[in-house]
Amino acid sequence: MREVAVIGIGQTKVDEHWDKSLRELAGEAVFAALADAGRESVSAMYVGNMLSGPANKQQHLGAFIADWVGMRYTESMRIESACSSGSAAFRTGLMAVASGAVDSAVVVGVEKMIDSPGDEVTAALATAADADWEVDQGVSFVALNALIMRRYILEYGWKHADFGAFSVNAHTNGKQNPYARFQEGLTVEGYAKAGMIADPINLMDASPMGDGAAAAVMVPLDSLNKNRNGLITVVGSGSATDSLAVHSRTDPLWLTAAEKSVKMAYAQAGIGPEQIDLFEAHDAFTIMAALSLEACGFAERGRAPQLALDGEITPKGRIPIATRGGLKARGHPVGATGMYQIVEVVQQLRGEAHGSQVENAQYGMAQNIGGSGSNIVTHILKRLN
Amino acid sequence: MEIPRHWRLKQQRYALVGEVCPHCEGKIFPPRDVCPHCSGEAKTPYAFSGRGEVYSYTRISDGPAGFEESAPYTIALVKLEEGPLVTAQLTDLGGQPVDIGMPVEMVTRRIRSDGDERGMIVYGYKFRPVMAAQA
Ligand SMILES: [Zn+2]
Repeated sequence: MREVAVIGIGQTKVDEHWDKSLRELAGEAVFAALADAGRESVSAMYVGNMLSGPANKQQHLGAFIADWVGMRYTESMRIESACSSGSAAFRTGLMAVASGAVDSAVVVGVEKMIDSPGDEVTAALATAADADWEVDQGVSFVALNALIMRRYILEYGWKHADFGAFSVNAHTNGKQNPYARFQEGLTVEGYAKAGMIADPINLMDASPMGDGAAAAVMVPLDSLNKNRNGLITVVGSGSATDSLAVHSRTDPLWLTAAEKSVKMAYAQAGIGPEQIDLFEAHDAFTIMAALSLEACGFAERGRAPQLALDGEITPKGRIPIATRGGLKARGHPVGATGMYQIVEVVQQLRGEAHGSQVENAQYGMAQNIGGSGSNIVTHILKRLN
Repeated sequence: MEIPRHWRLKQQRYALVGEVCPHCEGKIFPPRDVCPHCSGEAKTPYAFSGRGEVYSYTRISDGPAGFEESAPYTIALVKLEEGPLVTAQLTDLGGQPVDIGMPVEMVTRRIRSDGDERGMIVYGYKFRPVMAAQA
């Protein structure tokens, strides 16, 4: 396998983009990434997206986006794995370039959610869960996370308020990111007072939807003749699945797919959690941030809220997460989220994360969770010196 | 609404019929034909008792499409006494508070109705509190 470098990134703000279509959003991110890479074209495109069928009445995004960005005739396909579609597309691009099957690739995650009525989007999001055994019982996506969170709180002796530090950190960092959906910040009091959605999950435990696209350009490292100092390479990539239904898990309070995928990524990179300088975790809900930190070896089982309470997840802490706002404040345009995480890790490793920069970051990790823990993709990126 | 899909699930929805693994005796619900415990083939039907306890729960005030009429309602992960967890609504609560560990039993209830012209109504399992035994 060839070593692969990420040489260009691009993103749109996560927002209610009433004036922009699905293809315009994707195009904006692709053009920005190509310009950043100094390329006019690449040999393949991979599109991460979850909802374009139900939400935009448009499938077949491979050719759809390629044609829009002037890459007609180029290989292009859409990759779907619910909320981890973005990173699944990134891994597909990585495998294609690393194997030598293609010379270069652009990967774009895109989601256009707000055109459709809220209840339709909610129903479309619920298709990430098991239709026969979860959705038909009246459970929503938020409710599945609430079921996990309530049991976690009971089993490990936490209070709801203990999770506030996750959301406060995300919103504090989001204030520094011009591409983040929310830039207002959040206080501990604001978290405690937020309206309940599905007890114990309140509005400030949950990430907001939004429209957005993020993209990256990948090439083989050995195709670059210039000085490699400061180049960003992908040194680890892992992917694993679990049951769609939460009730079918061996342990509903443990993200087995996260543990398996991160172990693959650590092994490839030849490092462990001690070497990771920052971690873009999938904080769709505060409980998911906690479970992800535990599965990746940053906290003992049941102890992740303590990391947050001790300030260890801030940009100056032991393991910074949500450094550009995370899903909570940057926003969660589902199929695009995994690519936002990759773009943000690259910004950190380049030293371009203005306002929430992790000092001298060399290894950055991103973990993207599909469904309530059913399809999890982890990547580790490194800055070469 | 996809009528054949619901029709195929009638044994599970009305009678909580899962499977028992012939290799390791593991009880399986919902049926999945490959045992999650030993990975052996498991196609032997097994009717669950319908008794269990609340493993976790939450309250839904805005029901998803198809459940607007039922809201607000309580949804739970119920741990069946034979082992598996199942996702289901709690019913017949009569205002009593729900607790993790509360004993519950399966009943058959209307679980969703479809607003389309066919007007299909889906029945299935819910769980209600087990009444305290008469002294
Ligand atoms: Zn078995």
